[in-house]
Amino acid sequence: MNAKQIKWILVLVIMALSVWYLYPTVKWYRYTPEQREEKERTQDKIVNKVINLGLDLKGGMHLVLEVDKTKIPKGTTLNDAMDRAIEILRNRIDQFGVAEPLIQKQGDNLILVQLPGVKDTQRAIDLIGKTALLEFRLVDDSGKLNEAIEGKVPEGYELLKDQHDDHILLKKEASLTGAALSNAKVKIGGQYNMPYIGIDFTEQGAKDFAKLTGDNINRRLAIVLDGVVQSAPVIKSRIPDGHAIIEGNFTMEDASGLAIVLRAGALPAPVSIIENRTIGPSLGQDSIKAGLKACLIGLAFVVVFMGIYYGLSGLVADLAVVLNLVVLMAAMSAFHATLTLPGIAGVILALGMAVDANVLIFERIREELRVGKTIRVAIDTGYEKAFSAIIDSNLTTLIAAAFLFQFGTGPVKGFAVTLTLGILVSMFTAIVFTHLVFDYALAGKDIKKLSI
Amino acid sequence: MQLFHKTNFDFIGHRWLFFTISAVMILAGIASLVVKGGPRLGVDFTGGSLVQIRFNQGTATEEVRKTLDDNGFVNSEIQSFLDSNVFIIRIQKSEIPMTEVANKVEQAFKSKWGEGSFTVERTEMVGPRVGEALSEQALWAIIFSWIGIIVYVAFRFKSTAHGVAGVIALMHDVTITVGFFSLMNKEISLTIIAALLTLIGYSINDTIVVYDRIRESMRLLRNKTLGEIINTSINDTLSRTIITSSTVIIVLIALYIWGGEVIHDFSLALLIGVIVGTYSSIAVASPLVYEWETRKAKKRAAVK
Repeated sequence: MNAKQIKWILVLVIMALSVWYLYPTVKWYRYTPEQREEKERTQDKIVNKVINLGLDLKGGMHLVLEVDKTKIPKGTTLNDAMDRAIEILRNRIDQFGVAEPLIQKQGDNLILVQLPGVKDTQRAIDLIGKTALLEFRLVDDSGKLNEAIEGKVPEGYELLKDQHDDHILLKKEASLTGAALSNAKVKIGGQYNMPYIGIDFTEQGAKDFAKLTGDNINRRLAIVLDGVVQSAPVIKSRIPDGHAIIEGNFTMEDASGLAIVLRAGALPAPVSIIENRTIGPSLGQDSIKAGLKACLIGLAFVVVFMGIYYGLSGLVADLAVVLNLVVLMAAMSAFHATLTLPGIAGVILALGMAVDANVLIFERIREELRVGKTIRVAIDTGYEKAFSAIIDSNLTTLIAAAFLFQFGTGPVKGFAVTLTLGILVSMFTAIVFTHLVFDYALAGKDIKKLSI
Repeated sequence: MQLFHKTNFDFIGHRWLFFTISAVMILAGIASLVVKGGPRLGVDFTGGSLVQIRFNQGTATEEVRKTLDDNGFVNSEIQSFLDSNVFIIRIQKSEIPMTEVANKVEQAFKSKWGEGSFTVERTEMVGPRVGEALSEQALWAIIFSWIGIIVYVAFRFKSTAHGVAGVIALMHDVTITVGFFSLMNKEISLTIIAALLTLIGYSINDTIVVYDRIRESMRLLRNKTLGEIINTSINDTLSRTIITSSTVIIVLIALYIWGGEVIHDFSLALLIGVIVGTYSSIAVASPLVYEWETRKAKKRAAVK
């Protein structure tokens, strides 16, 4: 087997692999949106085999949360707190029902959260941003409330407002926290048929709660969520069965959100949202349409131009561009890479560089023909001499792309990915593939004039 | 078809003309930057909020401006795309907490135009410290890419002059593009940085093709002077340089016109960058190599 045959086999293998890897993506985008949603929810295998659309094309939220370093509980390291926070956020988001969320640590106290396709953005923010620290704290009933309002708060106590906006004096230390919960559910009923939350304690929690209530009959117990008093009922009797309820002026949505965060547990420290980028689904759709349209028009111009300027040889280059596009898309499917709007621009640029490689080669072949070389020699010399220019120019561009990837966030990273893959693919199609086509077309023929 | 027949322009002989043209463009940009107190950085870097709204019907920019002013968003900036009824509103500072800004803007528009008469297509909120970190990262990315390129080029062409001249040409391209954005009063956002990095990749690509020809000519034309070799090399690759740049420019124009609002400024930055980058590959990078090498040779002669 000679070198050419090996190259042909390589080309055919790459084409076959491309079809193989591209097939799921084609299938995927022929599904209806409902079918896709269903498959994402059931975590169908196909989801990991298709080109992923970035948030800017699909719509969704990109959030960066900052964990308040100063409020991490004593005895916990920052790292542990971050791991715990990420775990809890993941629990909450899973219960909220988002397909393919991304939750990732960034820097030392930042967490990146990406929620593709989320529609109810305000609710998502409420769900994620809440610390959800639930505390049961005893209310002072020794009559020091008035003193406290005047500014003399007794040691170990704290002055807060209750649900009626009246002052209430509480112990600073919680008698029991949300860590003692095993479950939380929304229920409806009570005096005004309002939603409330029924909570179940763990086995140990139930024991502690029974003791707490048994020891403090006729005192008030405040239920405090993230520093806000939800209610402060009077303990009427010892509660031994490990159930309790949280009442408040909840809407149904509030209550179900609260139940989720209570079930998932409290964050180890408060978080604040320091970056929020939300893209509506309609903009994503429009961007895809606009990007593809611009892409196709640009591509059409280039294809026609190459055909006019370089004749049949130009068409060979066009063939390479189309192959380049197919292989690039297949590579993106294979890596389950994310396509963003700048990513589409990256594809266009990569195709431009693929064309450039052929322009370099064709100009070289023309030069060789001008100095009177035969067609076959001119072609081989043209490829040979253009090779170092193509390699060096593409590798330096790859260096820039690598730093872009390193530095980039979401969309920019997407650009670096498509550009990098595109350059790699283009070197193959422009150098190997077109050369083979020329050889094939010229094999055994005695051509006097080359259309170039 | 062939547009460029063998050219024989004396690029090296005219190098000071080119250097002057570049200097004028760079100084114009820098003057604008100085007068305006630096580039106009977007909310990505300064922190702030962005709201993109599409109205169902034609709406005047003045009305949008007035609604924002009336609701306390006095320093907001409005970018309007009137043929698609899209407005991009940027608010860098306001009395309202940042997390609330987008909601408040939406509410203000709702009470003015009614629910359902517009869609909020995109909102962004970036905390000031996030912005700072991003600017720093962007700067490092550019500096490291330059170092990477110098090292690679120095290695492949066995000449520091080539690497340094190439990077000076890149600085030239980036400065002129940023200066142009300042003159046009356009904003530098994260995507513009991506465009600048792309430009760096593209422009060095162009320069390397000329370098490659110089490297080859040095081997073949041993009896010619450096100036002659560089001139021949630029002229030999000129046809390719112009053809390639033209195809890229055509594609970028398509992106600029049809690519949608989000990518509009990105395409513009690349468009300017590619034009300037093509120019610098021809008229700046290699003439700088010539200048460097001849001075070094003179110095060496003087020492002897």
